[in-house]
Amino acid sequence: MDPAYITPFVGSISNVFETMLQLPVNVGSPTLKSSPTPGYDVSGIIGMTGDVEGTVVLSFPTSTAERAVTLFTGMELAADHEDFADAIGELVNMVSGGAKAQFTGKDVGISTPTVIVGSEHNVYGRKAMTTIEIPCTCDIGEFNVEVSLLLPTAAPSTN
Amino acid sequence: MKVLLVDDSKTMRNIQKGILTKLGYDQLEEACDGLDALSKVAEFNPELLLVDWNMPNMDGLTFVKKYRSQGGTSPVIMVTTEAEKSRVVEAIKAGVNNYVVKPFTPDILSQRIKETLDRCAAA
Repeated sequence: MDPAYITPFVGSISNVFETMLQLPVNVGSPTLKSSPTPGYDVSGIIGMTGDVEGTVVLSFPTSTAERAVTLFTGMELAADHEDFADAIGELVNMVSGGAKAQFTGKDVGISTPTVIVGSEHNVYGRKAMTTIEIPCTCDIGEFNVEVSLLLPTAAPSTN
Repeated sequence: MKVLLVDDSKTMRNIQKGILTKLGYDQLEEACDGLDALSKVAEFNPELLLVDWNMPNMDGLTFVKKYRSQGGTSPVIMVTTEAEKSRVVEAIKAGVNNYVVKPFTPDILSQRIKETLDRCAAA
């Protein structure tokens, strides 16, 4: 996958976590996810439509997700609290929105978020999509960002 | 001052409520989408509105257009992940007075609220 599709997400992850959680993130090297592997426990999912079509999944172990939500909301919320999923959804919304703004010249829409809570679940997209996994670590633990895109013929320019 | 917070995320409304409370605003009403907001503006009569763009049922841009077409004159600040210049222009044309891109710091939102109210008071 052309790096021009991934670079915006790398920048957006750091920006969202540093601005809203005051938490620096070490973003690892993006790798192609060729086969389904057990995921984490909490996933926020956003769909992208238009000139860039695909999904963005922010996936956490439960402990990391709960710490992230505490920093984000200022309240300690367990994964089964009714407001927990809302907070995870807003995080993936901001990561996706920040990335899509960098697809210069592309008309891209994003969906409202969906959140899955369940031990070691997998998130499957359409078979035609290519999935890139971006491993991240920070002081509260590790998490992944998975970007699955239907690849067009030309890469976007980024600003 | 009466402020209406329109966002489908309760988390985001709570964050905004915390910032507004620190600024001294205590008459706060919430709406979870554009339709909900439309049903509340007549009775609540807000003096300032913070409005998200992407929401179910009715998005923020549609809400602002309807609010303005119904005679609503209070300042509106769009608070959204929609950061492209074309979106900002679209929002301003629809009647939005100022714009805050998520993610934001408390200082940024506070500053935009103050400058929006100052600008509208001077107009």
